[in-house]
Amino acid sequence: MSQASSAPNRLYSDVIRERWRRPRHRGDLPGANAVAEDVNPLCGDRVRLMLTVEPQGRIAAARFVGDSCAICTASADVLAELVSGRSRSDAAAVEVGDVLAVLQAEIRPTRMRCVTLPLTVLAKALNGGRGA
Amino acid sequence: MKLDEQTRGDFPILQRIVSGHPLVYFDSGASSQKPRAVIEAMSEYYERSHANVHRSIHTLGEEATELYELARDAVQRFIGATSREEVVFTRGTTDGLGLIAETIGRTLKRGDEIVVTELEHHSNLIPWQLVARDRGAVIKAAPILADGTLDLAALDRLLTARTRVVAFTHVSNVLGTVTPVVDIVRRARSVNAITVVDGAQAAPHMRVDMSALGCDFYVFSAHKMLGPTGIGVMYGRRPVLDSFEPGRGGSEMIKEVWIDRAQWNDLPWRFEPGTPPIAEAVGLTAAIGYLEKLGMDRVAAHERALTRRTIEGLAAIPGVTVYGPPLAVDRGAVVAFAVDGLHPHDVAALLDAEGIAVRAGHHCAMPLMRRLGVVGTSRATFSVFNSPEEVSQLLTAVAGLRASL
Ligand SMILES: Cc1ncc(COP(=O)(O)O)c(C=O)c1O
Repeated sequence: MSQASSAPNRLYSDVIRERWRRPRHRGDLPGANAVAEDVNPLCGDRVRLMLTVEPQGRIAAARFVGDSCAICTASADVLAELVSGRSRSDAAAVEVGDVLAVLQAEIRPTRMRCVTLPLTVLAKALNGGRGA
Repeated sequence: MKLDEQTRGDFPILQRIVSGHPLVYFDSGASSQKPRAVIEAMSEYYERSHANVHRSIHTLGEEATELYELARDAVQRFIGATSREEVVFTRGTTDGLGLIAETIGRTLKRGDEIVVTELEHHSNLIPWQLVARDRGAVIKAAPILADGTLDLAALDRLLTARTRVVAFTHVSNVLGTVTPVVDIVRRARSVNAITVVDGAQAAPHMRVDMSALGCDFYVFSAHKMLGPTGIGVMYGRRPVLDSFEPGRGGSEMIKEVWIDRAQWNDLPWRFEPGTPPIAEAVGLTAAIGYLEKLGMDRVAAHERALTRRTIEGLAAIPGVTVYGPPLAVDRGAVVAFAVDGLHPHDVAALLDAEGIAVRAGHHCAMPLMRRLGVVGTSRATFSVFNSPEEVSQLLTAVAGLRASL
C-alpha cells in the first residue's frame, strides 16, 4: 500500500483513523434519557446516539453505538464530544461544518452521508427521541 | 489467445487512470463497461437513422423500425426463445420485474401466495410486496442453506395449491449462487405456479437457453452485458403472454382506441407502451454480436477461472471471509468478501485509491445481508476484459488493507 498511501490519506485523515481505531465515546450509556437511531439507506449503516440530558437542559453525557464505516464512526465520535456539556439548543445548532472542521478530511460527495448520519440521529434524539 | 488479451483493446474506458493507477474494473455486476462496437453503433444510429418507430412513414422511420426490430431477433437468438413475439423490450431488469408483477398482480386474489427466495435483489422483492399489499396476497421466501445454495426441500414445503408465482434469481448478485432453474420450474409447475426468473447476473455471463430452462418469464438488463443503460429484456413464454392483459397502457400497445376502451396490439408490442429505447436497442444488438463472437461458453470459462483465482486467493489472506457456495459448486462471476475490522465502504474506498473498483454495501439485498448477519460486504464482479493479473493486484491490495486504516 505504501506507494498509494497518499491518496487514501486525504480521505482518511489522521483524525478519522484515530477515532476509528479508538473511539472515545463509543458504547452504551445507561440511564440515557434521549435516544435515537437511524440508518443510511445507501449502505445500511446504523448509528444509535444516547444522551443524558439534565432537567435544566444541559447534556451531561453522550455516547453512540452502531454498525458503521470509519468516516461515520469518526463523525459520531466527534459529534458526541461536541455536544457533551452543551445545552440542548447549543447542541441542536451543531452543523456538519463543525464536524468536518474536526475531521480534517477531504470527504467526497458520495461519502458525505457517512458524516451527516450521526447529525440526523442527534436531531432526532433532541426532538424527543426517548427510551431504550 | 486469452480472452482478456483479445478484448481489452476494445474497451476505451480501460485507458483511464484512477488515483494514479490504471483502472481495474471489478464492478461489472453493477454495470459493465462498453466495447467500442456498442458505442459506435449507437452514435452511428443517432447520426444517420434516428426517428420514431412503428409510426413514421418515411425513410428514417423505416430504418429506425428495422434496426429496433433487428434487436429483437438478436435477443431471440441469444436466449433461444421460440419466437420473436416472446421478446419484450423494457427499461431494464427492475422495469421488467415490475411489469410482470403488475401484470400478474391484476389477477391475484386474497390469500394467493407468491414464493421468492432469500437471495433476491430488491428488484425481485419490492414489486411483489406492492402487488401483494394491493391484492391481499402473501409473500413467502425459500431459505438458503449454510453454504449459500437454495434449500430446495424447504422450497417444496412452501409450494401449495395457493402458490401463484415463484419468482427467483438465476444467479445471486451477492453469493454467486446459481439456482437450479429447470428443477425449480418443474416443482413450480406441479402446483401450476407461474415462474419468473431474474437473469440480471446470468445472461451476461453464461449461455441461457429459454427452451432448455422452460421458465415462463426471464428478465435481464443490457447494461450489465456490455450494452447500454435504459433497455432490458422481458422474455415471456408465448402461451403465458397471450393469457395476460397488458400491465401498462399507452401508444404502440393498442390497435384501435375508443374513449372508454381499446383493442390490444399483437405480441410483443402489446407490452411495449410508448416510444421504446431505440438507440439502446441498437447498442444491445451490438453487445450481443460482440458476446456471440467471443462465444458465451468461452466467456463463462474465462470468468469462472477469474472467480476461482479470486476465491482461492482471498481465502488464503488472514482475516478475510469469502461468502457464497464452495468452489466445487457452480458459481457466477461474483465474489463477495469481508475484511476483519474494516467496513465494506472503507474497503472499497481504500481499493479505489489503488485504482481498483469494487462495490460495497448491501447490494440491494438487505434480507440476504440480514441472513448472513452482516451490514454489507465488498464485492468483486468480473467481465470478459478482466485479467488474472488484475486479480493478483486485487489480492495484493486486499492483503495490505488491514494495515492501512
Ligand atoms: C440480480 C439482480 N436483479 C436485478 C437487478 C436490477 O437491475 P437494473 O438496475 O438494471 O434494473 C440487479 C442489478 O442491479 C441484479 O443484480
